[in-house]
Amino acid sequence: MAEVKHSKKACAVNPLKMSQPIGAALAFLGMDQALPLLHGSQGCTAFGLVLFVKHFRETIPLQTTAMNEVTTILGGLENVEQALVNIHKRAAPALVGLISTGITEAKGDDVDGFLQLIRQKHPELADMEVVFVSTPDFAGAFQDGWGKAVLRMVETIAKPSNVRRPWQVNILPGCHLTPGDIEEVKEMVEAFGLTPVVLPDLSGSMDGHIPETFLPTTLGGTRLDELRSMGESAYTLVIGEQGRAAAAKLKDIAGVPYTVFDRLTGLKPCDDFLALLSRIANTEVPPRFKRQRSQLLDAMLDGHFHFGKKKVAVAAEPDLLYALTTFLTEMGAEIQVAVTSTESPLLNRVPADEVLIGDLEDFEQGAVGADLLITHAHGRQAAARLGIPFWRSGLPTFDRLGAAHKVSVGYRGTRNLIFEVGNVFIENLHEAVPDDFRPTAEPAASCGTGCAHGAAAVACH
Amino acid sequence: MSALKQKVASVLEEPGCATNQAKGEKERKAGCKKKLTPGAAAGGCAFDGAKIALQPIVDVAHLVHGPIACEGNSWDSRHTLSSGSHIYRTGFTTDMNEMDVVYGGEKKLYRAIKEIIDKYDPPAVFVYQTCLPAMIGDDIEAVCKAAAAKFGKPVIPVNAPGFVGSKNLGNKLGGEALLDYVIGTREPEYTTPCDINLIGEYNVVGELWQVKPLFDELGIRILATISGDGRYADIATAHKARAAIMLCSQALINVARKMEERYGIPFFEGSFYGVTDMSDALRKICALLVRQGGPTDLPARAEALIAREEAKAWARLEPYKARLKGKRVLLFTGGVKSWSVVSALQEVGMEIVGTSMRKTTANDREKVKEIMGTDAHMFDELPPREMYRMLKDSQADVMLSGGRSQFVALKAKTPWVEINQERHHALAGYDGIVNLVDEIDKALTNPVWQQVRQPAPWERPDWEQDLEGWQSCNQEECAGEVCHG
Repeated sequence: MAEVKHSKKACAVNPLKMSQPIGAALAFLGMDQALPLLHGSQGCTAFGLVLFVKHFRETIPLQTTAMNEVTTILGGLENVEQALVNIHKRAAPALVGLISTGITEAKGDDVDGFLQLIRQKHPELADMEVVFVSTPDFAGAFQDGWGKAVLRMVETIAKPSNVRRPWQVNILPGCHLTPGDIEEVKEMVEAFGLTPVVLPDLSGSMDGHIPETFLPTTLGGTRLDELRSMGESAYTLVIGEQGRAAAAKLKDIAGVPYTVFDRLTGLKPCDDFLALLSRIANTEVPPRFKRQRSQLLDAMLDGHFHFGKKKVAVAAEPDLLYALTTFLTEMGAEIQVAVTSTESPLLNRVPADEVLIGDLEDFEQGAVGADLLITHAHGRQAAARLGIPFWRSGLPTFDRLGAAHKVSVGYRGTRNLIFEVGNVFIENLHEAVPDDFRPTAEPAASCGTGCAHGAAAVACH
Repeated sequence: MSALKQKVASVLEEPGCATNQAKGEKERKAGCKKKLTPGAAAGGCAFDGAKIALQPIVDVAHLVHGPIACEGNSWDSRHTLSSGSHIYRTGFTTDMNEMDVVYGGEKKLYRAIKEIIDKYDPPAVFVYQTCLPAMIGDDIEAVCKAAAAKFGKPVIPVNAPGFVGSKNLGNKLGGEALLDYVIGTREPEYTTPCDINLIGEYNVVGELWQVKPLFDELGIRILATISGDGRYADIATAHKARAAIMLCSQALINVARKMEERYGIPFFEGSFYGVTDMSDALRKICALLVRQGGPTDLPARAEALIAREEAKAWARLEPYKARLKGKRVLLFTGGVKSWSVVSALQEVGMEIVGTSMRKTTANDREKVKEIMGTDAHMFDELPPREMYRMLKDSQADVMLSGGRSQFVALKAKTPWVEINQERHHALAGYDGIVNLVDEIDKALTNPVWQQVRQPAPWERPDWEQDLEGWQSCNQEECAGEVCHG
């Protein structure tokens, strides 16, 4: 049980946190033929765009309502209207994710009202779905924005239904799952003869494929007809707390039962996940997973030597923090410091004495003497200053290749994680020198009285 | 009219700006603010621009007053380098929350400044205004003034909230902060008749260090760089320079012009990209220094250095000429890099099939026209879709651009070289142009292009027939490989 503490500083130093609106934008980027539109000044979009381009190494469709100081004060109806009309004309996406920011929230723009007026005035936009999500920059963090966007998509688009598709299963992954992770989850579900509908599905859009044509929208990801059919699914599986609200909403709308997996990294949650799939599909667990499970057990046995009693400092958003810290402690490591970006019911279950909602300055101070640092790429300065090995996890990872394809869910992902992190420990094994074995001298006071004995004599003449 | 509004208006009417010079009185008064199109806009905001212009000052703390988006989504992502302090790479922000929006963020800002001074003790703190606190009326000038008085340390307000305009406007507003609060506030320990300022040089990936030895050799001291690898104390003394070079097109034209006006420091617009541009810049600064009372042998010494360095550069470029001759380049960047890079690439025999004219001045445009002999291939806008089509249709062999359009080129399976601020290779001076050409050569000759353009076997017509021949035949020369009949 961890105690959750809040940083008391006025000045955040080296932020861990990123803003809600771009978390929401990423959720919309997992939708097919979608275009996220930030309702704010153009910088809000530009920073998010650059961040995603560097992390995913992909072109990122992301637009702005280009608010200026005058339109901010007068209200953004005209800008939202123009933006939607222009986007419809130029990009014709199936879905626009309309995302508010700090200024338009502080002004109090009634965007739902705007949308009604715009719909009346522009019937030509009827073929373009618009989902509005309220995400002020001055509250919450990245994963909150993701969670809200997914909730709003379910709320506005999913339909109640009397039909059940017993073979169809909804998957609601948190933003801490990479496209590679989602691909792994889909394969697990499909292995049971089930059809997964993933909301949103970054593995279709942000997985780095080479399309044959260029589109100003996303290409791949969850289709709107899939989203509409989610109410007909047999079950909803949620990975990470951030998807709980959306799953509960879908249950309200269409009666689809759900289970929240607080993580899918580690032996136990993977066992449970497959057991549940087996029950939903009413089939045996396919042999390949028995094989993979056995490989994971072997990796745990081989790896535990290197994890035991290692002190690890971790900074990540709540769901990722929880997955990483439970994994590490289950392998025998200890969490020296845990820092996160925002509130979550998971935080007091993090296996550490305390969890601090803070920044990477707090992280750096707490990490002195640790064996390993784990956080996103912004931890590189702290790692260099502290001279402690650093393993990157989370978004943004702008200074390494393949961030989208890192896999840490399922038996194979967990096995992979043991090897990757374990190898960092192995690489930094301390090779002994004679001094390591020399008994340390007692403090000077004891030398004063008598230096007669053994090694102590050597140290103090 | 608020102080910020006046400032924005004055910057937009900047008389030094070539675009403005070409306008009539009335048009000039209207300012050069281009209205952004909602739903079809690209590019950074004024805050972004101010940060780009000032963050290269390496020994000060750059504190962003705003919600987490403005700093949290973007910090430590630029490649401007430091030869000393690294505090400029630390992300400082007030991370405004709901309470701050309701009650105002001024007190939190004040406390944040105190925390930074207590913990990090930088020579100055730069405070950046953003949209949200500007909207709710936080007066950062007043807070900075109070903090500076209380803590006895310069606290500089940079009033360029994102929503006042473009990145380019933000560059200039950043410059205004230096003019208003920094430049001229200290005296240099000593002066020389060859002290100069570099204005608009940001030391991206160390480019300042790439050209500095040339100035050193001529005995020209760079008194202050605004702002690459800059130190607060040096920039505070910049008013004592004898002359200045303005780089990076006209991003900081207001700084150059006002320093001429206030302190009599003459300047010219130059570039360190390309052999001839580099030589040109050296010649002009030497001539300017002589006019300002510098040593009269300076031009002669410069000519000797230029002759030596040019010969060396041309000799190093020679081997590339045969390989790169006739290769078609699509150049997509803004401002000064267009014309200076165009001439540089033509020097090695490459053909420019298109260049963008975004963010360029009429002067830039004339220069490109002069160099290319035509304006047929100048694009004002090149939407990604169109860019992709050009590349896909093999209308260019290589694209040079900034990071945003990188993946348009790569998805079209076209070689690409980064030349904007995120670049990883220093491209300035006589060595820089060789680096650039080498980068292009490296991109063009990489063996991946041939591989990625090949269709998979099953995508080829008659592929199944091809397969017949794949059966290994026991002949020795085929051992270990698929033998294609």
